[in-house]
Amino acid sequence: MMEKMIFGRYIPGNSYVHTLDPRSKLVFVFAFIIIVFLANNAVTYALLLAFTLLVVLLSRIRLYFLINGLKPVILLLVFTFIIHILFTREGDVILDLGFLKIYEEGLKQGIFISIRFLVLVFMTSILTLTTSPISITDGIEVLLNPLKKVKLPVHELALMMSIALRFIPTLMDETDKIMKAQMARGSDLSAGPMKDRIKAVVPLLVPLFVSAFKRAEDLATAMEVRGYRGGEGRTRYRQLKWDWKDSLCLATLVLFAVLLFIYRS
Amino acid sequence: MDIKLQQVSYAYSMGTPFEKFALFEVDLDIPSKTYQAIIGHTGSGKSTVLQHFNGLLKPSKGEVHIGDRKIEAGKKAKELKSVRQKVGIVFQFPEHQLFEETVLKDIMFGPMNFGISEEEAEKRARDLIHLVGLPEHVLDKSPFDLSGGQMRRVAIAGVLAMEPEVIVLDEPTAGLDPRGQKEIMDMFYTLHKERGLTTILVTHSMEDAARYADRISIMHEGRCVLSGTPREIFADSETLESYRLELPRIVKFQRKIEKMINQNLSKICLTEEELSEEIAHALREGRDQS
Repeated sequence: MMEKMIFGRYIPGNSYVHTLDPRSKLVFVFAFIIIVFLANNAVTYALLLAFTLLVVLLSRIRLYFLINGLKPVILLLVFTFIIHILFTREGDVILDLGFLKIYEEGLKQGIFISIRFLVLVFMTSILTLTTSPISITDGIEVLLNPLKKVKLPVHELALMMSIALRFIPTLMDETDKIMKAQMARGSDLSAGPMKDRIKAVVPLLVPLFVSAFKRAEDLATAMEVRGYRGGEGRTRYRQLKWDWKDSLCLATLVLFAVLLFIYRS
Repeated sequence: MDIKLQQVSYAYSMGTPFEKFALFEVDLDIPSKTYQAIIGHTGSGKSTVLQHFNGLLKPSKGEVHIGDRKIEAGKKAKELKSVRQKVGIVFQFPEHQLFEETVLKDIMFGPMNFGISEEEAEKRARDLIHLVGLPEHVLDKSPFDLSGGQMRRVAIAGVLAMEPEVIVLDEPTAGLDPRGQKEIMDMFYTLHKERGLTTILVTHSMEDAARYADRISIMHEGRCVLSGTPREIFADSETLESYRLELPRIVKFQRKIEKMINQNLSKICLTEEELSEEIAHALREGRDQS
């Protein structure tokens, strides 16, 4: 189950999207999240969807894999869609089942919101799928650098992020191992009544916490003995390089925003 | 209970870009009441194989027979619980699975999951704590107050408390001091001898494999490349080397001695005791001849 999840996972590759500078990708996604809200009619939503698919295509990540990996999110999406259909009461009635009336506006809103949601999830997933966690944090650190002026501990924040990201797969492995050890002792997480299943989480969580705390301590010691004293005067091993490709990518986004502005009602 | 693997292949993350085969067409036959060792270099697929022994992993291709249960690729396997009670697995660093408030409760966790009554489970725990070499008063302590070696013993007791017919050991002594290593290995050997417990030892210690196992199988790059008795396996050091494995220290020593006295001993010795006897024998013979 867990190996199919793609949140925060990175698939190495050398597509156009992979080779972009993390800074441009971050700015792109952040701006895109805002631009999404410009769409307000069928044409603009169609444009959004098309644009996202184009990005997916450019990243050379199989659409099937993306959808498969985002199954839990898609479930949520279906849920919001149904809520919208059931509770929006505007426009003409398009379906009357007596106990339940479906309105035109409800259907429209449901579809629009779903597209908005889908597009956001796809874009952010593409970001994490095509950018290694290390480059993402590097990008964030550089982008936030100006905030050092207002005494924001940018380096520390970036470090915290990269440590957190770094340990997601480790903790996943650990969870898998402990789960298997407890399953071998007859604990069953996937069957039985809800009450038993919740109880079965305890043998999983306790060892996981214990090892996470131990790991944190070990890491702190390891950093200390290697002379880590924070970001002051620290040089960089990985240098970020801005390319014409990055400018092109941001220019396309501006163009796209203009397009949305023209076609929105 | 016999365990049989037939043409088992296993791939992690099937159907995703991360798909990676870890096992290729493994055949393995472990009859009841034998002591089977599985040796191999790091990353050879040893740990993946052992998770097939109680249905924690389901083969991507091929089939696994555990007693009269059959687990097949592509078919849903239900009610694996009964299999898991009969096949206990002591994972690598089993102390990581401890979670209860007291050692006693932790040892009772396994049997009670399989529907053993509380009294019976407690009785088993009290018996087992001595068997694994700990004093009875640790039963009331928190497992997290114990030393690493003691935690290991408690975790092993937790698996033995299920009273399995087959026990699978994945590097059970990794990270222990030499004395603790010997104590634990000897304990499993006694259990094997006295109670007829089928034992599967996954290890990269050639010494342990030589000393305890009836049969050895070698894993290399996801394949089971060689099976045989310890004497057969350790007779051929070149084949072993091609799988990036070494001879046990004792066999290496024997080879050196043979070179020194310019004479081969009558058999390959698997333990220190055996070797010293053989050497004594050879020397006596040599004296008789001269």
